[in-house]
Amino acid sequence: MEYFLTEQQELIRSLARRVAEERILPLRAELDEKEEFPWAIMKDLADADLFRIFIPEKYDGLGEGVFTLCLAVEELSRACSGVAVTYASNALGAMPILLYGSDEQKQKYLPNIASGARLTAFGLTEPTAGSDAGGIRTTAIRDGDEYILNGTKHFITNGGEAEIYTVIALTDPSRGSRGASAFIVEKGTPGFTFGKKEKKMGIRTSATRELVFHNCHVPKENLLGREGSGFIVTMRTLDSTRPGVGAVAVGLAQGALEAAVAYAQQREQFGHPVSAIQAVQHMLANMAMELEAARALVYATAKTIDSGAKNISEIGAMAKVFATDMAMKVTTDAVQVFGGPGYMRDYPVEKMMRDAKINQIYEGTNQVLRNVIALELLKRKALRD
Amino acid sequence: MNIVVCIKQVPGTTDIKIDPETNTLVREGVESIVNPFDAYALEEGVRLKERCGGKVTAISMGPPQAEQALRETISLGADEAILLSDRAFAGSDTWATSYVLSKAISKIADYDVIICGRQTLDGDTGQVGPELAEMLEIPFVAYVSKIEEITEGYMKVQRMVEEGYEVIEMPLPAVITVVKEINVPRLPSIRGTMKSKTAEVPVWTAEDIGVDANKAGIAGSPTRVVKIFFPQRTHKSEMLQGNLEEQIDQLLEKLEEII
Ligand SMILES: Cc1cc2nc3c(=O)[nH]c(=O)nc-3n(C[C@H](O)[C@H](O)[C@H](O)COP(=O)(O)OP(=O)(O)OC[C@H]3O[C@@H](n4cnc5c(N)ncnc54)[C@H](O)[C@@H]3O)c2cc1C
Repeated sequence: MEYFLTEQQELIRSLARRVAEERILPLRAELDEKEEFPWAIMKDLADADLFRIFIPEKYDGLGEGVFTLCLAVEELSRACSGVAVTYASNALGAMPILLYGSDEQKQKYLPNIASGARLTAFGLTEPTAGSDAGGIRTTAIRDGDEYILNGTKHFITNGGEAEIYTVIALTDPSRGSRGASAFIVEKGTPGFTFGKKEKKMGIRTSATRELVFHNCHVPKENLLGREGSGFIVTMRTLDSTRPGVGAVAVGLAQGALEAAVAYAQQREQFGHPVSAIQAVQHMLANMAMELEAARALVYATAKTIDSGAKNISEIGAMAKVFATDMAMKVTTDAVQVFGGPGYMRDYPVEKMMRDAKINQIYEGTNQVLRNVIALELLKRKALRD
Repeated sequence: MNIVVCIKQVPGTTDIKIDPETNTLVREGVESIVNPFDAYALEEGVRLKERCGGKVTAISMGPPQAEQALRETISLGADEAILLSDRAFAGSDTWATSYVLSKAISKIADYDVIICGRQTLDGDTGQVGPELAEMLEIPFVAYVSKIEEITEGYMKVQRMVEEGYEVIEMPLPAVITVVKEINVPRLPSIRGTMKSKTAEVPVWTAEDIGVDANKAGIAGSPTRVVKIFFPQRTHKSEMLQGNLEEQIDQLLEKLEEII
């Protein structure tokens, strides 16, 4: 499929592919096995300027948008989606600053994010607040020139490793979700520590950890946007990062399909390669079709977001749900094409299948996002009537 | 800190063919790359710059197409690249090459560290680094595996020897050649690659750097390649007989034969 990339986009894609093949592939099994954060690869990504992609030129970035970011995420995910998620979550943590930061906040944080010197994370989810984000209990009470944060976030990607956290907390608990605000909290701030590190099914190189705030004093300059706009910041952030999750899924499925095709051609049964069996061919054909359809949807959605379109919740949800359901199916079928060896850690497809599952869960579960899509459909119908 | 890195464009293969008629390398039809050992030199230069500030200048003596290799150094972090190219340089051996490089570096004038790879993939001599230092009359250390300390006018390095390493201090400016253990070269950056496409790569000719035509090219190259071959590894032992005196005499005789 021809997507008419610019010269810079072509370059970014090919460099991301080089990092993936030369630096990530040799390490992926070990990183998965040891559940080790991929610091060496983060350094390679930084050296290659890949953290600069979506940051405006004014702040030392390359001034590209969501689409170009998706191209890079996809290439990384083709080799290891644990690394791709680590990289994409950095964009998730930076997005609130990009969308709502004051010029001073941008000046202070974005150049270091662009250079890769400081990783970021986004902290919304709490034990009492998953799909129902309005159930958060972390508070941020104004006290003179500061806010005092108390509470615990869990399941936070890049937790413990990142240095810059955008955190959603209640500045006015009495107003419920309208009383939430977004803050920038730096690692090392007194009262901010890290709790349980999760042991996961997949994306095991990525760090998932608790953030613990205990009388953590944050200067009032670190408030993002207005008091009370925490959930608007959250929704707009997630609307523009969901194609990124779609891109993780597309890259992952691409890697699985390539592995399956190669294996099918080389494995002989009944005197011929299993790729000569129609049942296997049809499985591969379905994988390829669904993958291409998902890629087209993710790219089109990302480009629409970059064009400045306003109502992007619906298409963002579609791209995320369609691509991640596709990746779950394609990686499962890849294991099927391999047969028994596919279930073993000697081949990469079992990891891909484990890695695929999470994409249907975070940044809005695929059930919740179907609610979003349906709601928009019904709203439009109601408006027409 | 001004860092000069000397690089060479070489055939991108270890399967090197030699023309039996002329005893020179067959370069036709072989893709060219930056000499792999020079990639470590460049990376170390870029890291020094990141550590101490300053500028990395890559220079290469070669035919016009060596410009491509120099552009690549910009994508990998060099700030400037200069090509030394002139008919008068053609056919230079290591001595004449070092002379040309030394004249160019003298023109650059403001330099603290000159870094070269330990040897090239094609010529394999490892001579240019030390010859260059000799001609510039500055200190030289070969096989550097780590730069421990570097400040204004002073550098302390580790140099690989067969068992372990030596630590050597020297005043700057100085020349070092580096081994592959020193670093893992980075991949090209996006900004570097964009810059490398449009960057100016000035070409300095013999006249520009005051090269005496008799000292460069074939005219300035004392090396004569008589024969190229893989040395046969032979292993022979012999027990000397007689009393101690007799054995010593025999040994001396044998040594004299060899020398
Ligand atoms: C590895 C990992 C990394 C994560 N990274 C981050 C991060 O960086 N930052 C962050 O803030 N969060 C992060 N999360 C949290 C993630 O976004 C939540 O887990 C997710 O939103 C689901 O919430 P929950 O786990 O509480 O499930 P629940 O909300 O309890 O859902 C349980 C089930 O009920 C269904 N369900 C719930 N409500 C509805 C509804 N209204 N309609 C239909 N079905 C519904 C769900 O689909 C699901 O099947 C991460 C989670 C994981 C596992």
